[in-house]
Amino acid sequence: MSENRKLIKIATAGSVDDGKSTLIGRLLYDTKSLTTDKIEAIERSSKQRGYDYLDFSLATDGLVAEREQGITIDVAHIYFNTDKTNFIVADTPGHVEYTRNMVTGASTSQVAIILIDARKGVIEQTYRHFFIANLLRISHVVVAINKMDLVDYEEDVYLKIKADFDELVEKSDFSEDQITFIPVSALKGENIARQSEEMPWYVGNTLLDHLEVLETSDLELSTVARFPIQYVIRPKTEAFHDFRGFSGMLYGGNLKVGDEVTLLPSLNTSKIKSIHYFDQEVQEATQGSSITLTLETEVDLSRGDMLVKSGELPTSQKQIAATICQVNNKALTVGQKYILQHGVNRVLAKVAQIESKIQTDFSGSEEADSLKLNDIGRVHFRLSNPIHYDSYNSNKSNGSFILIDEAEYDTVSVGFID
Amino acid sequence: MSNLLIPNPKEAESIHIIREVAAQFERPVLLFSGGKDSITLVRLAQKAFYPAKIPFPLLHVDTGHNFPETIEFRDKLVEELGLELIVRNVQDSIDQGKVREERGRYSSRNSLQTTTLLDAIEELKFDACIGGARRDEEKARAKERVFSVRDDFGQWDEKNQRPELFDMLNGKIHLGQNVRCFPISNWTELDVWEYIKTENIEIPSIYFAHKREVFFRDGMIWTANEHVFREENEEVVEKMVRFRTVGDMTCTAAVLSEAVSLDDVVGEIRESTISERGARIDDKRSEAAMETRKKVGYF
Repeated sequence: MSENRKLIKIATAGSVDDGKSTLIGRLLYDTKSLTTDKIEAIERSSKQRGYDYLDFSLATDGLVAEREQGITIDVAHIYFNTDKTNFIVADTPGHVEYTRNMVTGASTSQVAIILIDARKGVIEQTYRHFFIANLLRISHVVVAINKMDLVDYEEDVYLKIKADFDELVEKSDFSEDQITFIPVSALKGENIARQSEEMPWYVGNTLLDHLEVLETSDLELSTVARFPIQYVIRPKTEAFHDFRGFSGMLYGGNLKVGDEVTLLPSLNTSKIKSIHYFDQEVQEATQGSSITLTLETEVDLSRGDMLVKSGELPTSQKQIAATICQVNNKALTVGQKYILQHGVNRVLAKVAQIESKIQTDFSGSEEADSLKLNDIGRVHFRLSNPIHYDSYNSNKSNGSFILIDEAEYDTVSVGFID
Repeated sequence: MSNLLIPNPKEAESIHIIREVAAQFERPVLLFSGGKDSITLVRLAQKAFYPAKIPFPLLHVDTGHNFPETIEFRDKLVEELGLELIVRNVQDSIDQGKVREERGRYSSRNSLQTTTLLDAIEELKFDACIGGARRDEEKARAKERVFSVRDDFGQWDEKNQRPELFDMLNGKIHLGQNVRCFPISNWTELDVWEYIKTENIEIPSIYFAHKREVFFRDGMIWTANEHVFREENEEVVEKMVRFRTVGDMTCTAAVLSEAVSLDDVVGEIRESTISERGARIDDKRSEAAMETRKKVGYF
């Protein structure tokens, strides 16, 4: 894998029939990521269905039920590369009832492309998707105003939609520079990979150029080191008889040999003796590394515990408040117990209070007894053991959790800690 | 000692997933076909647990129609790394009358593997099967979760998948269920080849161009061999070919190639206008061939 190629993760969002699949198909086509046999398969299927155009959604809607109904039910992950960048696109469903799958797709993304049909403008689904992008603290939003060919490429249409959307931006936590507007026609390829001659009034980048200039480092949030212990390595071989290593992924910041560290929950301290990456030893590891550490002193540290730099402690508490998105048919109610998974750590959680249900059109919140599928609300929990967290705003990985049903083991909610 | 580790994000994610499998399950197994993807998985698993050994065995479901080069390679790798290998044979499932050998022009043992795999899972009580499937391979695979829960019949319920949020993996299951785990979900074919090159990983010789007896049918290049059905009028010729995927001989087509080194192969994949599964005969059976197989327990 080319090490100098950056990785950008994108989620698409938008309403039904606003051209998400066509946009993705166009990006694949224009970056030469669609191979001949796949294009032929799309041609064959489009023809069979009696369409007079190439239906790119046939490339991304991978399930029989999706092709039957012409809708996207679940997230598809799609990949394309340019010389400089690897892209992963989560193609998420537009239908309201699949909002949870949109959250699933968007949770790992740094960039959201929200599509708007130029003929319809900002609609309810736009609110919902932008709200979720805001809730997930996606670093950058591209508003792609699509189907410009159907409104004669008129600048006034674009400006009107942009003005409507700007009102939403004001109600959100996004700053203006996190939002970029691009007028496009995915069907005709205008402003996707090629500057449109039909819209000389638009002077910004094409969509692809815009995605290329985003820097991965600017899209990450956290600066303090968080190292949850995922697995303890005890080889017990002759060569490594006394080796006791702590494996995991480093979320945020960096760790160096010699750093003084505090171990949670024990609050014991030690120093990093060595950092291993396979059969190499390194002096320093940066955010996103999957590594194994050894410590200067013998300590009690097992899966689910956390190692941080001394002086940079997270919050450790048994009472937490969080914003919840319900992703299961079973409603969340007061008094219910769940398994709460925070990174690789699991504790028991009881719903102490449902503070409110939040409207996804930025109109505020209301009282609620329960949170049903796709609902978003503010909830207070009591935990069996403290978890060691940061606010979701400062560290996504250490500020989020999932709730697992105790009986069925399904993932029922995702939470974002204040 | 090098100074600073700058992670390769896809590799780091895969290692994280493999460690989660080892930590969350009682009896994981790595499904090993001898192909480039499962070879890559073995390297990633080495990295996940070094300096300890890989804490789970490999399982090869042998169709009996594998390329001999692959089997030789498999045995050598297992020996060199001191791994535990379990082999289960499709031939046994046929002999027990559980599956019927297909007949005719397109007969293949590929889909018969599912029964042998499910039997092995039940017999050996595996609760997690690590596989080298990638979402870029096929459109039904693009819908796959990293941890994919299968019921006690091995079935995939594509409309009711567990949401997967951030990198938190929920591997909690009931007795009898199992989870298919896909650590290289987010890799592309080119990622795998570039990784094999960067890491200098050894792979079976059939991935490199070599002279081979083949015949042409439906625009594809088939191996001429006693396991592959051939009409009398289908003429056998010798060509320089290589393989992009390594499955059962009866469903894996070759491509014409001059690529004899990893550099050549990476170059060829970059330039290729045909997808990897474009040479998989089993996927051409219908528009939903992969989805249909996956639903009943194919990996």
